[in-house]
Amino acid sequence: MPDRIVPHFEVVGHSETKVDAYALVTGKPVFVEDTDVAGSLHIAFLTSPHPHAHIVEIDTSRAEALPGVALILTHENTPARRYTTAGQGYPEPSPYDTRMFDSTVRFVGDRVAAVAAETLEIARAAVRLIDVRYEMLPAVLSIDAALAVDAPVIHDEDDSTGIHDAARNTVSVVEVDVGDIDAGFAGSVTVVETVCETQYAQHAPIEPHVVQGYLDNDGRLVLVSSTQVPFHARRIVSMVLDLPLYRVRVIKPRIGGGFGVKQEILLEDVVGLVTIRTGRPSLAVLSRPEEFYASRTRHPMRVRVKLGAGDDGVLRAVDMEVISNTGAYGSHALTVMSNVGSKTLPLYNKAPNVRFDGKTVYTNMPVGGAYRGYGATQGYFALETAMDELAGDLGMDPVELRRRNHIRVGETSPIFEAIGEGKAGVEQTVKSCELEQCIDIGAERIGWDAKRGARRRDGSWVHGVGMSIHMQGSGIADVDMAAATIKMNDDGSFNLLIGATDLGTGSDTILGQIAAEVLGVPLVKVVVYSSDTDMTPFDTGAYASSTTYVSGNAVRLAAEQVRDQILEVASSMLGEDTKKLRIGSERVTTPTGEIVTLEDVGLRAFYATDQIQIGATASYVGAESPPPFLASFAEVAVDTETGQVKIIDYVAVADCGVPINPAAAEGQVEGAVANGIGYALTEEMLISDHGRVRNPTFFDYKIPAAPDLPRIRTILVDSYEPTGPMGAKSIAEIGINAPMPTIANAIYDAVGVRLHTTPFTPERVLDALEGIQQNG
Amino acid sequence: MKLMITLTINGTQRSIETELGETLLEVLRREGMKSVKLGCDTGDCGACAVLLDGSAVNACMVLAVAADGKDVVTVEGLERDGHLHPMQQAMVDAGAVQCGFCTPGMLMSGIDLLSRNPDPTEDEVREALGGNLCRCTGYVKQVDAILATARLQAGETDA
Ligand code: FES
Ligand code: FES
Repeated sequence: MPDRIVPHFEVVGHSETKVDAYALVTGKPVFVEDTDVAGSLHIAFLTSPHPHAHIVEIDTSRAEALPGVALILTHENTPARRYTTAGQGYPEPSPYDTRMFDSTVRFVGDRVAAVAAETLEIARAAVRLIDVRYEMLPAVLSIDAALAVDAPVIHDEDDSTGIHDAARNTVSVVEVDVGDIDAGFAGSVTVVETVCETQYAQHAPIEPHVVQGYLDNDGRLVLVSSTQVPFHARRIVSMVLDLPLYRVRVIKPRIGGGFGVKQEILLEDVVGLVTIRTGRPSLAVLSRPEEFYASRTRHPMRVRVKLGAGDDGVLRAVDMEVISNTGAYGSHALTVMSNVGSKTLPLYNKAPNVRFDGKTVYTNMPVGGAYRGYGATQGYFALETAMDELAGDLGMDPVELRRRNHIRVGETSPIFEAIGEGKAGVEQTVKSCELEQCIDIGAERIGWDAKRGARRRDGSWVHGVGMSIHMQGSGIADVDMAAATIKMNDDGSFNLLIGATDLGTGSDTILGQIAAEVLGVPLVKVVVYSSDTDMTPFDTGAYASSTTYVSGNAVRLAAEQVRDQILEVASSMLGEDTKKLRIGSERVTTPTGEIVTLEDVGLRAFYATDQIQIGATASYVGAESPPPFLASFAEVAVDTETGQVKIIDYVAVADCGVPINPAAAEGQVEGAVANGIGYALTEEMLISDHGRVRNPTFFDYKIPAAPDLPRIRTILVDSYEPTGPMGAKSIAEIGINAPMPTIANAIYDAVGVRLHTTPFTPERVLDALEGIQQNG
Repeated sequence: MKLMITLTINGTQRSIETELGETLLEVLRREGMKSVKLGCDTGDCGACAVLLDGSAVNACMVLAVAADGKDVVTVEGLERDGHLHPMQQAMVDAGAVQCGFCTPGMLMSGIDLLSRNPDPTEDEVREALGGNLCRCTGYVKQVDAILATARLQAGETDA
């Protein structure tokens, strides 16, 4: 293979200061709730205490009588049209099974009523005065109960659409068959089969969902929202409230993390309706408990993986069977399921025989949704556990087994085409993959050869190492569209207007860097403004690891057009052919060293000759979705007395192409790994027999704090993706898939037990340890 | 019941009307200190941390009346003569700010730590941040920023 030619960059590839860093570090009022909007009403919700019930009667008279109450919304006075809360491309691949307020409630936490009042205290007091008479319905509180022959039907209404088989509580199915799976196993020397069960987990952004609404001077509805998907929010609100789209404006200011949960339209509809009905501004914020029980979660899944391999360890057959629990509504049900297969199976493309069978069911439990990793996380836990088990059965080093099977540059997988998101996928050949290097570096840094199997003891603590490998994608090929507008100013600076949504990830910064690189200016000369449906061009939003790749390419294209316009003007100023001109250091230079500055160009274009606004809009749709890759290694210590697991060292080695901003890219990996460690060890929404979330606080739902984590070591390897902007691929999600299998495999190395149920709490570890003692 | 309290907020004494059950968090935000964030309201996330008479406390867990007569510092009060507090600059330089929602609270805990222990180990920094949840960063760069601040301040004292 010829050496890659990675161009030299001035702005890209440098850890530039985030464009919003100073505002954030000085505590400027940049978040939704930081602007006091005069006269704003406050909204509080009444949610269902029952997992499944009909509302027979709802009496709001006592609540309405409370001084300060402005409006109460229930199923009796709100639009009845069904929609999905999932902020996805249109038409959404999620079923329309939700109403703003419904006469049937389907989980503990389902919306029953909303009160808008002068203060939050009054609104909450009024909520307690609403009298509701429920008729209990039988509730479905597990995957098995949903699939039982006589299971109660959760969506028996006749106006929901897009449900695969409502009578069987089945939201969606995904079935793919490549080659001949039975022949594949028959021809295998070693076969392993493993079943993993993952738990309910929550995104827990430190800023909860929050929306401020008001009417502008023309009576248009303005929603300032902590959303990942301003354009989808505008479309869905307009549809649900039956408002013309042009009468709605959605603005996303700074937001305090999203991780997928803010890809959901949970408050915009209610705030919008309150503001329209009352003519007054209104504010809704989810409380922390509501964030846990009433927003969205990671779909719990049962994943069965069966692998068959030859003596050489090369896979002959891969069979994955998945049942996912979407809870009461089918938000992201189909597409998360698709991703369980589409983001995992192509990694091991050596297997000619592959089967994927996924089914998503309704239950009367909290609602699933988009969550960083988006199904790949659950799939990788099972797949990478099974790979480790296969290595054991083959007597092969787990690292070596991965080396023999993973996809490489120039290769493809039939799965790319077979599974898309709600439709067929897109065929693609991998053009950049440095996974071999990632594995080598990771193994070396963790000390794999010395530590694997050594079971070093330290009192009751035993050490072990584990690993796993991963791929994700960069946007949804053929679906996600992003656009960017760049206009030049008369001092040679630029405005970059993008629909892309910075959730704290730094996307405003890296998109600014891409523009600055093409235009030959420092980042400060690119003023970035994003995510305002009135002011910025369209973007599907921040999800599916799309921003760097899809939005980044849109910015690159817009910047190239603007650069060409600048060269045109400079060419007539300098009397030199545009092809001979060079742009950089805020000027245009001829081969003989003559110079015009960008300010000269701007002044001429604005005020002097052939006057024109230099500027361009470009859009981009990915023809493919180049995967980032990751090799993950951990050293853990397991306390054989208490079952406690400590992470001693964690090494994540990633190929994200050229990192546009290395510090930001590392930050994405570090944050995702930290979240994944929580998911593996402590984070679990405990659901009572009655379907109630028992631990909806940060005290009882434990997300990792600094003392719980080691110094996560992130290494970004040299790589270049030819279709990416400046060689980049996306990086936001992949890291979260790694800790669960990596840690499970490390626990096995330390103490010889396989954990298939998550999270790996001390009780589960102790139970497993006792299991081997009894059997042994 | 309305009550009057006196707070010194970032060096300026203010008389403030408060309700009996109101928290310091609510009062500070109403007084315009929007850096004080509400992440949980139960004392578990640290997003609302402020310095009360020099020590970091979660403002959601302090009744406003209990802070009567005390001195409060929030992030709005960290800049000196137009210069950022060194820990703010260190957070920016380390790339420790992602969404930034937790950053004010982190700064308060970090400043509190260095006032008690000017030369902490990495483990001590992590312990001090134990009550500050961040969902974005994995803490690596925040810990680095606090350690860098300690080194910088030690250098200044030596000089
Ligand atoms: S809001 Fe005070 S500790 Fe979370
Ligand atoms: S930077 Fe987002 S919570 Fe810490």
